[in-house]
Amino acid sequence: MAASTGILPLDLRDLRFAMGGRAIIDGVSVLIEAGPATIILGANGAGKSVLMRLMHGLLRPTSGQIAWQSRDAERVRRGQAMVFQRPVLLRRSALANIMYALELARVPAAERERQAMDALREVGLVDVANRPARVLSGGEQQRLALARAWALHPEVLFLDEPTANLDPGATREIENVIKAFDASGTKIVMSTHNLGQARRLGDEVLFIHQGRLAERAPVDKFFRQPASAEAAAFLKGELPWD
Amino acid sequence: MSTLGEIVALSLAVSLSAVALASLLGLPLGAAIAVGRFRGRRSIIVLLNALMGLPPVVVGLLVYLLLSRAGPLGSFGLLFTPPAMVIAQTFLVLPIIAALCRQSVEDAWVEYEEQLRSLGADGLRAALTLVWDIRFSLVTAVLAGLGRALAEVGAVIIVGGNIDGVTRVMTTTIALETSKGDLPLALSLGFVLIALVILLNAAAQLIKEAAQRRYG
Amino acid sequence: MGLIARVILVFLLCSSAQAQQRFITVASTTSTEQSGLFKHLLPLFEKKTGIQVRVVALGTGQALDMGRRGDADVVFVHARPLEEKFVAEGFGVQRFEVMYNDFVLVGPKSDPAKIGGGKDTVAALQKIKAAQAPFASRGDKSGTHFAELELWKAAGIDIAKDKGPWYRDTGSGMGPTLNTASGMNAYALTDRGTWLSFKNRGELVIAVEGDKRLFNQYGVILVNPAKHPHVKKEMGLAFIDWVVSAEGQRAIAAYKIGGEQLFFPNADK
Repeated sequence: MAASTGILPLDLRDLRFAMGGRAIIDGVSVLIEAGPATIILGANGAGKSVLMRLMHGLLRPTSGQIAWQSRDAERVRRGQAMVFQRPVLLRRSALANIMYALELARVPAAERERQAMDALREVGLVDVANRPARVLSGGEQQRLALARAWALHPEVLFLDEPTANLDPGATREIENVIKAFDASGTKIVMSTHNLGQARRLGDEVLFIHQGRLAERAPVDKFFRQPASAEAAAFLKGELPWD
Repeated sequence: MSTLGEIVALSLAVSLSAVALASLLGLPLGAAIAVGRFRGRRSIIVLLNALMGLPPVVVGLLVYLLLSRAGPLGSFGLLFTPPAMVIAQTFLVLPIIAALCRQSVEDAWVEYEEQLRSLGADGLRAALTLVWDIRFSLVTAVLAGLGRALAEVGAVIIVGGNIDGVTRVMTTTIALETSKGDLPLALSLGFVLIALVILLNAAAQLIKEAAQRRYG
Repeated sequence: MGLIARVILVFLLCSSAQAQQRFITVASTTSTEQSGLFKHLLPLFEKKTGIQVRVVALGTGQALDMGRRGDADVVFVHARPLEEKFVAEGFGVQRFEVMYNDFVLVGPKSDPAKIGGGKDTVAALQKIKAAQAPFASRGDKSGTHFAELELWKAAGIDIAKDKGPWYRDTGSGMGPTLNTASGMNAYALTDRGTWLSFKNRGELVIAVEGDKRLFNQYGVILVNPAKHPHVKKEMGLAFIDWVVSAEGQRAIAAYKIGGEQLFFPNADK
């Protein structure tokens, strides 16, 4: 799926984002490479969401650089997709929602329905293809959002606390889809509060504290032996494992 | 000679046409302003909201001057015809629909913006997608415009001339009968007009609720 | 959305069908239209010639302005000096006399100025001013307004200077002015036609009538095609010819309200 000369790696250099005089991201430098599923952890207000939005291009940094491997802006944009905490779906059928995204991606009209159905099949939503998206359950809606992302075959998939609003059953289903994305070669960049989920899905952890990258480590090492004092404090104070 | 049926039919035809035209122009306009970021945006929003209160009689006068034979568009011979009335009412109703649409779209944009931009929909494309998605709450804006059009007399009487059998509508007939001192007739026509507006609103509400149940 | 498109389509088709209809636009006065004369007269003309007459009813001043702008083909008003000026300025081709009706002075039954039953308008106005009795004027550049001003002048009163709070300038048509007079129990000058069909009289009755000074002459003029080439000259002339013809004059005399004749044809007399 992802070409060897894709848009990754993503090189963030001394990234800063300030709002109302306050620095929300305060000098983050990191190289995001293809391969490992990256989990972004941190306390509330640490800057996780802002960091992901900066990477995805929804926010413009106050200073610093966001440099993808490719110089082609269109290709960089098309190579990414994002799923949010609350799925945002149009008042159309589940199928039509995916076809809308394909239309934006300039997929030829004749192809759209077939590709949309494939995506629905991948997440197990074929039965509700023609139901209005907004009457689906919370878990189904989030699966649909993932199907929509899947249909775009992105190189990088950003996920901002995708299961925060879901019950454990729905959470499991979402995690399975994310694992499928990972297995197919899509780079996962995900933020979460759910430490169990981080362990289940992640390969590496970026720990953000007060707008700075406090620690970066493979997931096992991070949980067993956090190197930084902030990470240790965070792990001690965090809510129980799911 | 205008019968009651002809008067009611003409009122509906003129006002519905004006609202349709005003929606065609005003919904994209309002949505574009809601979603756009450009210099002077705030002033444009203030101006648009202010234009909702355009006095009908002023609109009538301005359109009259435009369409009069002595005016720039006189050669079309539109003055004192129903199309002139449609034009005047379109100008009157356009700011209402655009301003209310802008408000609704701006509120919805808060929810949709990030996902739409993530998918690559920007500017006008996103605005039009939003308008279609919130179409049922926009019914309120369109109804507000229709109510204004059906109820006004200042614009249509000046550009239409209240000609018997040609440009006489409900409001101008009520004005005429009142000035002739035939108050009972004027009052009964007034009740017919009010009943009509209530009917239209009720119908729109039913459609809105049915659609909301279906689409969520 | 589709339903709306269909409504507009039907509407436009009907409008264009209407546009095929042969018609002229006549600028006339509200008092003439409200008297009901046109409802009686115009169908006869249309049956004979197939020409629809579209009357836009305004005040005399506005009607003549419409003629000046070229928005009407014919003007049909009742203010001779203004009409003659209209022709002299080149906006009208020629003025033809058509008919006359009369004004009456109406007032409250209680008659505070004590003018009831009189035949002298000038004396009545002087009494009204002396008693400072409420008087409702049209104040709208209409033929009626013009006639009222001439009467004040004839009574030796400079009404613009000498008016007080008793004199109410309503700036509106005959009907609304009568509404105001009825509501305020004021005197007012009105044409008999509007008075006869006016249904909101309250306590108003006729105070003064029959004075020669109250006669109100109507004239009809074709808007000058030299100034406005689009004017429908043939159809406009057909209308004028008919209205001054024996047939048209008979039709005018035949119009009655409650058995009373309102307009007295006097073309070519």
